Amino acid sequence: MFNYYLKLGWLSIRANPLLSALMVLAIAIGIGASMTIITVNYAMSGNPIPHKSDQLFYVQLDSWDPNDTDEDSEPPDQVTYTDAMNLIRADKAHRQVASNRSGLVLEPENPDERPFTVDTRNTFADFFAMFDTPFQYGGGWDSSADEGLERVTVLSRELNERVFGGEDSVGRSVRLNGMDFRVVGVMDEWLPMPKFYDVTNGAFDPTEELYIPFNVAIEYELPRNGNTNCWKRPDDGFEGFLNSECVWIQFWAELRDDNEKREYMEFLNAYTDSQKELGRFGRPRDNRLSDVMEWMEAEQVVEDDARVMLGLSLLFLAVCLLNTIGLLLAKFMRKAGVTSVRRALGASRRDVFVQHMIESGLIGLAGGVVGLGLTWLGLQGIHALFGDYVEHLVQLDLAMVAAAIALAIVSALLAGLYPTWQSCRVMPASQLKTQ
Amino acid sequence: MQIGPIWRALMRNKTGAILIALQVAVTMAIMVNAISIIQSRSESMARPSGVDEENIFHIASVGYTEDFDEQSVIEQDLDAIRAMPGVIDAIQTNSVPLSGGGWSMGLQTEPGEDQEGVGVAVYFVDEHALDAYGLSLVAGENFTAADVTWRERTSQEWSATTLLTQAMAESLFPDNWRDALGATVYINGNEPMTVKGIVERMQAAWNGWDGVERVMLVPQHTLFGSTRYVIRTEPGERDRLMPEVEKLLADRNRDRIVRNMQTMTETRERSYRGDSSMIKILTFTIVLLLLITSLGIVGLASFSVSRRTKQIGTRRALGASKASIARYFMTENVLISGVGVVLGAALTIALNMFLVDAFDLDRLDVWLVPAAMLVLLVVGQLAVFGPARRASAVPPAVATRTI
Repeated sequence: MFNYYLKLGWLSIRANPLLSALMVLAIAIGIGASMTIITVNYAMSGNPIPHKSDQLFYVQLDSWDPNDTDEDSEPPDQVTYTDAMNLIRADKAHRQVASNRSGLVLEPENPDERPFTVDTRNTFADFFAMFDTPFQYGGGWDSSADEGLERVTVLSRELNERVFGGEDSVGRSVRLNGMDFRVVGVMDEWLPMPKFYDVTNGAFDPTEELYIPFNVAIEYELPRNGNTNCWKRPDDGFEGFLNSECVWIQFWAELRDDNEKREYMEFLNAYTDSQKELGRFGRPRDNRLSDVMEWMEAEQVVEDDARVMLGLSLLFLAVCLLNTIGLLLAKFMRKAGVTSVRRALGASRRDVFVQHMIESGLIGLAGGVVGLGLTWLGLQGIHALFGDYVEHLVQLDLAMVAAAIALAIVSALLAGLYPTWQSCRVMPASQLKTQ
Repeated sequence: MQIGPIWRALMRNKTGAILIALQVAVTMAIMVNAISIIQSRSESMARPSGVDEENIFHIASVGYTEDFDEQSVIEQDLDAIRAMPGVIDAIQTNSVPLSGGGWSMGLQTEPGEDQEGVGVAVYFVDEHALDAYGLSLVAGENFTAADVTWRERTSQEWSATTLLTQAMAESLFPDNWRDALGATVYINGNEPMTVKGIVERMQAAWNGWDGVERVMLVPQHTLFGSTRYVIRTEPGERDRLMPEVEKLLADRNRDRIVRNMQTMTETRERSYRGDSSMIKILTFTIVLLLLITSLGIVGLASFSVSRRTKQIGTRRALGASKASIARYFMTENVLISGVGVVLGAALTIALNMFLVDAFDLDRLDVWLVPAAMLVLLVVGQLAVFGPARRASAVPPAVATRTI
């Protein structure tokens, strides 16, 4: 029977090609517009590290200005050098990482090539294990390198291609800001989306090209690039800056279960209390531990524009569906004569219902396929408008393709419900009389 | 034309009409709110930055070797650039309007760490800044070379003088911004600076900041390792000079990298890229929506025409003119769309209230609502025109046929 209804549906669609094409087009445009925006939102709000996002916690300590008594003022989104180092030394979490963004100048071995700047992350040994970074060659450095101030480095796959032609460069050295660093590892492609470990400096920026020990960057007073906020005047000099109340470091802790999380929170509270005794942390205690998704939410990684567009695009889809309902209604009513003949010949209301729903579903499927094409076009359009910044937000994956088709069919079935119900109400005799 | 009979006829078969009315209503809600967003984005994009954008470009220089003598490199670079024919003036600075990256501080009129400061964007410049940016002074006077000092990366020393924008002066002295001239303001809680002059307008690096015109110029050359030169050229000379300046800097000293050369025009374009993209997407959406709604009207009107063929034929046979048949359908559409736009007005305002509340968007201009109602009524009439004409073409003889 199903096949027979499919055939009927197909015949009915063909019988009225213009009206059918209009319906398919309406669904396709609705799907195209909403799926384009849904895809972008989906990518923006994706979980960048699904297998352990609930074990990684962003640490916030409220070291901010006691005079800033704004009621809803949040603790700062980064920590001071003093606090970062104290937390690292306390070593209370399963793993812990303080890191910040920087940029160094790399001088190629070949003197004819111009030096160039590389995006750099100053970080700790745990970074690689904590965030499960993939490696092409070698691996991260040991914590002994952090403590021993060893000039070691990890390169991104791209930078290794550029500098070493993609060879296994472990053991070789690169010249950074006039100093030699030994390569210990080359990362494989790694592009968490969003770039959750440092949303302060750009949630959709590419990952850094080069990683060096944080302590080495401090030892040699290497430049910093990232966001820095101060509420109190730092003392002069580099030392003065380090000891200041400026926040510029992102701090992450890996805590494997609720127990560890609770203990760590207790530790943080005890820590800030001890700092209060030293005259710091003038505001009421407000320490925070947010796991990856909570942190993305708190930092509003999905931009308002994207949300507004999402809402508008769903309303847009609603308009397209209202349109389809109207057109389906017109179509099914026009067929009322045929329907009443079928009813007169013994088709039950249920048969009529199934038949019309299958026809609606077919139209939805067609609309979904065309709509997928339009979605692809829409994503290309977004890419063209916003540039490479959104490159990783405008890719259709299998889940999105399936979602588009499913959305189209469900929408068409919903749109078909009322017209189908109307068809079912056609009395077997009503249309026969006039003929 | 009697509206009564048409309305009663509609009421007897209202599903199609309701669908169209709903469609018109939602279309209107999306359209008006989209236009409202477009308006506010266009307004913020239209704000002048205060600098001579057409003729300015900037370029970054990063020294990286241990023995890089930044101070003498900067002095010589500036001398060399300023001497180039076609260059009006050039400065070394830390940031550029609309570039996205910059420095901000708090300024206050009374000293003390517990005083509330007013946020201000900081540009470190020298006495050539007014010429290099093309700024105009509305009160007081420019820096002199004697005001300019050198500032290390980790230094906290501020200069004794500053220039403020008028918007910043207004924030500090709400009663009369001219009071700012010659006044002492405090940075970092209690370090005094004298306001030497007031600049008409200059924007900060962040276009989304609500204090975007609150700017101070500080007469200090920076030794931050990484710096930026802002170069203003005579009209029409910019594109010729850009590669020349880049080459000059690259050749003059090889212990540094020059990069990120950009015109102010590009900087503006990048800064507002999100906004201009949003405007394009929303405009496209509106066009598409109107198209879809029109097609819906065409589809349903055609359907109703074909269903009423016999009725139309009968009316024609009884003496109705072609024009009155067409007018019937046009009037019917006015009624349907009329209900739609009234519903739409309510929906539009509800959606706007939600958007204002949830996303801090601007409240919409009230006149947009009647304007959109009118536009949608006209679009409806245009859409129904085709089917109505087809209806009027139905021959009276149809009345005598059985089908």
